[in-house]
Amino acid sequence: MRGVDVGVAAMPVLSVQDLKMYYLVERRGWVRAVDGVSFDLEKGEALGLVGESGCGKSSLGITILRILPFNAKIFGGKVVLEGKDILQMPEDKFRKEIRWKKISMVFQGAMNALNPVMRVGDQIAEAILLHEDVGRQEALERARNLLKLVGIDPSRANSYPHEFSGGMRQRAMIAMALACNPSVMIADEPTTALDVIVQAQILKLIKDIQRRLGISTILVTHDLSIVADLCDKVAVMYAGKIVELGPAEKIYYRPLHPYTAKLLGAVPSVKGKRRRLEFIPGAPPDLLYPPPGCRFHPRCPYAEEICKKEEPPMKEVNGVKVACHRVEELWNL
Amino acid sequence: MELVKVEDLRKYFEVRTFTLPFTKKPKLYVKAVDSVSFHINEGEIFGLAGESGCGKTTTGRCILRLIEPTSGRILYRGENILDYDKSKMRILRRRMQIIFQDPYESINPRMLIRDVVAEPLRVHKLASSEEELEDMVARALEDVKLVPPDDFMYRYPHELSGGQRQRVAIARALILNPEFIVADEPVSMLDVSIRAEILNVMLDLKEKYKLTYLFITHDLAVAKYFCDRLAIMYLGKIVEMGDVEEVIDNPLHPYTKALVAAIPVPDPKVKIGEIPIIGEVANPLNPPPGCRFHPRCVYAKDICKKEEPPLVEVKKGHFVACHLYSKG
Ligand SMILES: Nc1ncnc2c1ncn2[C@@H]1O[C@H](COP(=O)(O)OP(=O)(O)O)[C@@H](O)[C@H]1O
Ligand SMILES: Nc1ncnc2c1ncn2[C@@H]1O[C@H](COP(=O)(O)OP(=O)(O)O)[C@@H](O)[C@H]1O
Ligand code: SF4
Ligand SMILES: [Mg+2]
Ligand SMILES: [Mg+2]
Repeated sequence: MRGVDVGVAAMPVLSVQDLKMYYLVERRGWVRAVDGVSFDLEKGEALGLVGESGCGKSSLGITILRILPFNAKIFGGKVVLEGKDILQMPEDKFRKEIRWKKISMVFQGAMNALNPVMRVGDQIAEAILLHEDVGRQEALERARNLLKLVGIDPSRANSYPHEFSGGMRQRAMIAMALACNPSVMIADEPTTALDVIVQAQILKLIKDIQRRLGISTILVTHDLSIVADLCDKVAVMYAGKIVELGPAEKIYYRPLHPYTAKLLGAVPSVKGKRRRLEFIPGAPPDLLYPPPGCRFHPRCPYAEEICKKEEPPMKEVNGVKVACHRVEELWNL
Repeated sequence: MELVKVEDLRKYFEVRTFTLPFTKKPKLYVKAVDSVSFHINEGEIFGLAGESGCGKTTTGRCILRLIEPTSGRILYRGENILDYDKSKMRILRRRMQIIFQDPYESINPRMLIRDVVAEPLRVHKLASSEEELEDMVARALEDVKLVPPDDFMYRYPHELSGGQRQRVAIARALILNPEFIVADEPVSMLDVSIRAEILNVMLDLKEKYKLTYLFITHDLAVAKYFCDRLAIMYLGKIVEMGDVEEVIDNPLHPYTKALVAAIPVPDPKVKIGEIPIIGEVANPLNPPPGCRFHPRCVYAKDICKKEEPPLVEVKKGHFVACHLYSKG
């Protein structure tokens, strides 16, 4: 294969490059929800995409999967899957070859979106039939196997969603996302509505599946503790942009971007000592009118003139990518 | 000094069931709170934690008599307030306030912030003039760090951020100079970067006005930073209670152990391990006999299926309701 000079072995499964997607809000303008996002997802990797609500995490997921609402528009960038740009692919081809078959998604709050009058096994079989040319019997058989894979007794295929607990419904949604053996799974806040014990069980399931099937996973969450439990790599998102990206241990033990550092200072830990938590003054910006320069500058304790004017480029520092003008200076690097 | 003492509190909700005509079905009850006893010292932050549906909100609302308990006693400064009549209750209400998870439960979206905060003053006729009222509102807004207050008074709730709205709810709860505040998941809907700001405001106010809090949360990590003592509830009962660090760092009840083990921590080298628990939470309409946790407990003995374990003090100030710790 020409053009891939880094060698096939090092080629990421998914490479998102300078992706931009805005929503049009009538009479007001564009909400810049995904504004120049780049990252690579390696084979078998679990990437945590973390940030506060409204920073554009779900928007990024639906842009990759190309299931955008009518008022959304892609303004540029590339989504390269196994070497091919799938952002430009005709919708027909994308639906047949990519969506659900190569990339699937567990949607935020989806466990409450199961069809209440259809048996769970049938719903999973339906997803298979929609994307693959197989018979009904085979699809049902596969649905039962998928249920088993996610830790549900296959005999429960005949149950209706209301007969499942919240945790089981979320397992069923994961089964559905796995229905066509995708190489990438995006899990959007997969445990947010669940109690902590069920959450831990779902996180364990995702880990198991990831290891056993070698699926590359993007875990979208607002919870830094969940990312620490599950992910090897972390992308911290703020106001439509990734501000820091790198191996989890580096990010947690030595955060370089002021936002990451402040955010980690605000996270309570059940293993921590009692203290006053830090907070970040102010609130994230309205993405209709994001601030110029660094989008974090109005809340950043280290902001200087340049931060208000120029957008900080992504730089590689200590094996981590950071978008901050002052990073070297702040940490004496 | 005990400010609040809850004794054998019960709240049973009757649930409607579909029955055929002429058949008599026994009435069904959700025992949302089932014999709960604890006390809160003056100036203390007492935490009530547990998974959703365990009865935290019901307990908090019963203490304020926002809902009437089925039975039990609620002593406030030694007096059983369940015996209070309407007018006595009305006076007491000024001293006890509630902050909800969703600020819109106490904030009318069509009212200006000034009027939202001033409403309790009007209800209790506590301001002699509009100027005095405005002064009091301004002071309350300053207390919750909505400064300068003039920037906030004449705005509507939707013009504020979620964190600011929750601070308005706190200002409103504070305006009557209460002594005791029930805070029901006050930061659960907020992003982590602003959560601490609200919690710190609550801590500052507690110092300044010598407040006492009942802090309801499902998040043990938040509880650990905020509370002095903590009670863990499971299916309507307190299963463990003690100093917050004791309960979280050294849990004794098998349920608390599982709960603590399930919590992720913001450290990539620390992973969630095996969680010592079986199955899922029982239907509250039909809780298991004996210890309500026994079908899920990995240590259950014969006695656990038959006898309900009482809440006993196993170490100084550390209470557990579990047969594993009963004497003999
Ligand atoms: N359909 C839409 N139309 C207009 N704005 C939207 C739409 N969906 C989301 N947004 C806005 O886009 C931004 C990013 O939202 P989202 O991707 O849902 O964030 P997150 O998942 O990180 O919480 C937010 O400001 C949100 O209000
Ligand atoms: N008004 C009500 N009618 C019937 N059942 C209720 C009512 N309020 C609460 N419950 C039930 O009581 C139990 C405890 O609820 P709640 O106190 O809200 O728990 P928590 O705050 O711990 O989540 C739950 O099973 C809930 O469904
Ligand atoms: S009382 Fe028995 S069943 Fe209940 S938690 Fe303790 S050991 Fe387990
Ligand atoms: Mg989202
Ligand atoms: Mg509640």
